Amino acid sequence: MQKLSFIAKRLVKAVFVLLAIVVLNFFLIRAAPGDPAQVMAGEAGAADEIFIAQLREQFGLDRPLHEQLLVYVGGIVTLDMGYSYRQQQPVADLIFDRLPATLLLTGTAFVISILLGVLLGALAAARVGQWTDSLITVVALVFYATPLFWIALMAILLFSVQLGWLPGFGMESVGAGYSGFQRVLDVLQHLILPATTLGLFFMAIYARLTRASMLEVMDMDFVKTARAKGLPPGRITRLHVLRNAILPVITLAGIQAGQLVGGAVLTETVFAWPGIGRLMFDALLQRDYNLLLGVFFVSSAMVILFNLVTDVVYTLVDPRIELK
Amino acid sequence: MLKRFCRPAALAAVLTAATALTAPAALAEEPKSGGVMNVVIQPEPPGLMLGVTQNGPTQMVAGNIYESLLRYDTDLNPVPSLATAWEVNDDGTVYTFTLKEGVTWHDGEPFTAADVVFSADVFLRETHPRLRVSLEHIESIEALDDTTVRFTLKQPFGPFMGIFEVGTMPMVPKHIYEGTDFKNNPANNTPIGTGPFKFEEWERGSYIRLVKNEDYHVEGQPYLDEIYWHVIPDAASRAVAYETGKVDVLPGGSVENFDVQRLVDLENSCVTGKGWEYFAPHAWLWVNNREGPMADKRFRQAIMYALDRDFAKEVIWNGLGAVPTGPVSSKTRFYDDDVRQFPHDPDKARALLEEMGYDGTEIRLLPLPYGETWQRWAEAVRQNLQEVGIEVEMVATDVAGWNQKLNEWDYDLAFTYLYQYGDPALGVARTYISSNIAKGSPWNNVQGYANEEIDRLFTEAAVAFPDEARQSLYTEMQQILAEEIPVAWLLEIEFPTIYRCDVKDLVDTAIGVNDGFVDAWLDR
Repeated sequence: MQKLSFIAKRLVKAVFVLLAIVVLNFFLIRAAPGDPAQVMAGEAGAADEIFIAQLREQFGLDRPLHEQLLVYVGGIVTLDMGYSYRQQQPVADLIFDRLPATLLLTGTAFVISILLGVLLGALAAARVGQWTDSLITVVALVFYATPLFWIALMAILLFSVQLGWLPGFGMESVGAGYSGFQRVLDVLQHLILPATTLGLFFMAIYARLTRASMLEVMDMDFVKTARAKGLPPGRITRLHVLRNAILPVITLAGIQAGQLVGGAVLTETVFAWPGIGRLMFDALLQRDYNLLLGVFFVSSAMVILFNLVTDVVYTLVDPRIELK
Repeated sequence: MLKRFCRPAALAAVLTAATALTAPAALAEEPKSGGVMNVVIQPEPPGLMLGVTQNGPTQMVAGNIYESLLRYDTDLNPVPSLATAWEVNDDGTVYTFTLKEGVTWHDGEPFTAADVVFSADVFLRETHPRLRVSLEHIESIEALDDTTVRFTLKQPFGPFMGIFEVGTMPMVPKHIYEGTDFKNNPANNTPIGTGPFKFEEWERGSYIRLVKNEDYHVEGQPYLDEIYWHVIPDAASRAVAYETGKVDVLPGGSVENFDVQRLVDLENSCVTGKGWEYFAPHAWLWVNNREGPMADKRFRQAIMYALDRDFAKEVIWNGLGAVPTGPVSSKTRFYDDDVRQFPHDPDKARALLEEMGYDGTEIRLLPLPYGETWQRWAEAVRQNLQEVGIEVEMVATDVAGWNQKLNEWDYDLAFTYLYQYGDPALGVARTYISSNIAKGSPWNNVQGYANEEIDRLFTEAAVAFPDEARQSLYTEMQQILAEEIPVAWLLEIEFPTIYRCDVKDLVDTAIGVNDGFVDAWLDR
């Protein structure tokens, strides 16, 4: 009961936070130099003032700023994210078209990274000082420190160009006309490289975090007690150490989950993955205000939602934590 | 009496066109039908309705869907497309076009003269900023019958025969658009043209698919069954897509220039710089003529002497293109190289700077944010300028910021390139005439150059008749500008089109891949 009222209160707060974010984003975007009319006129290669004025009028950019804000917020309140004049489609359609691709990619990377990361981190902590530990630490450090796009490009060069095992770009084989199970297989093949590349970076973070956190817990008195009781080492690691060390990992996972919708701009760009991250990046370059605001809106909502979920997960993992 | 350069000439044009367009193949082998072509498109076009959107990627895809009355060979001579013949009266003010019979829109409706009148006089007048300027010279456009259209000009307009390229005057279907809101018509998402390929599907962010138009008005064409345009945002990934055989064609600008040679060296890989003759992209440095040392002609001349333009061409652009002598591209009509020349000569540059008493004021240089090639080019220019003692600060922006800075004249030197559209009146005049000085566009007289003599020459040359009269006016114009250096001309760009050698007849007109793949076929 207490939990439910906590969640309800947080949801109400979330609505106000979201509105504040919408207004802030609205002004932030307009603070950037150049507007969509200028960009589109520029792309047309030639433009007179009439053309630019026409575009501004079409986009509603000729109206005073506070009117534009009112129109936009009014739309958002009714969950209408507006129209992308550049792409000539409603923003909601554009975003929800791309959302599945991004969720598939970031979701897979999320699962890979958290499973592998915690496993490797725990292993390293359990064998601290041994060669396994050193190896895991070095690998984690390398993947943490290497730029993502470089890993991506190297992976493409090795697995697509040299070995020819995996497709290097896109989400499925264009024009192959696969359906059903074949199509699923095809998408999975395309998923391997981008999801792994993206996952490796977060895996490295989870591994380092888990290891550090576990080492800290290992020195605590209750662990010594457990050891003194003569419990088997595996059981101590799993139940006493890992369970207590996992809270910071959950915090980080909550942050990563919040970014799932924001997408992975670099990975999606390098692998030509048709997701939200690229949509956002293009919208930014083209000053496609409504679309960019739409992506920001959806991803902020996700961040808020996952913060809430994270809080609830804390209480499940550690009953000592109370929600108030 | 009408001067009939029409039927016999048109017949000859058809014949030459037929040979010109398929010459290599005709000698070697018959085109094969069938096959799928995979092409890179970058960036993803905002829309495919060519009458509403005219940016590069849109033209490249939609050039397969839409057509205009004429096409142009690589010497910029008109060849028939939807018009089979044309005639002009003696004083060059009345042009009559005969349209091809039996042409249908992709939805089966017949294409008639009424569509031409609607497209040129109603639709494009509202939506097409570039064509609108040319249409101002036209008194009336009438359909005499279903297959005859007459354009009556207010006075002779030299470039008139050059405005019928598909990106300039695409034919749009009257029966779909008449009486609607053109820009927001839902029909824009399912473009209907008369072209060799029909729009099939567009998976945003992934690919655009076009299929063969079985009812195309040229018997036996097009040869390809399908075209896939792949949206691949990263330049290195585009190179990989070609390397791994996923795409057959990398249109100009798809990959970074330093990658070109490596890709061309692959097996079964060809490259051409052709197909840009109509656009004739002319790159230069905007020089803000209003402020600081740039207001002094000698400073601008010093910049010209300081620049090692041959180096840029050879190293940054792989030897493709040509070093320009002035405002008019050597590919464009009325080009004249009898003007003051500026070879790379740092000593002359230093002497000019000393003579004018340049005080070492720092100059802001705005590169074009179009990728690595342009960044490297900006660095080369900075080095050239620093060699002669001009202090340069680079200003980094994205495309929108670049637009804004140029629109508001907030720059000292800035990179750009503009298309010339085959005629100085269309693609050159706009940069130098003083009536085009207006804030709010990066494509007019941004440098703020005003010279009454130049204004007069451009105005008179646009409507002078016949061509000899235009030539002498344009020659004088080029001589004056090459002395004044309102902007610093850098390069006549040829963007390399990289393709598999078994793709035949890919580029054979003056607009290259933008003209659609009506003649292309696969020798597989």
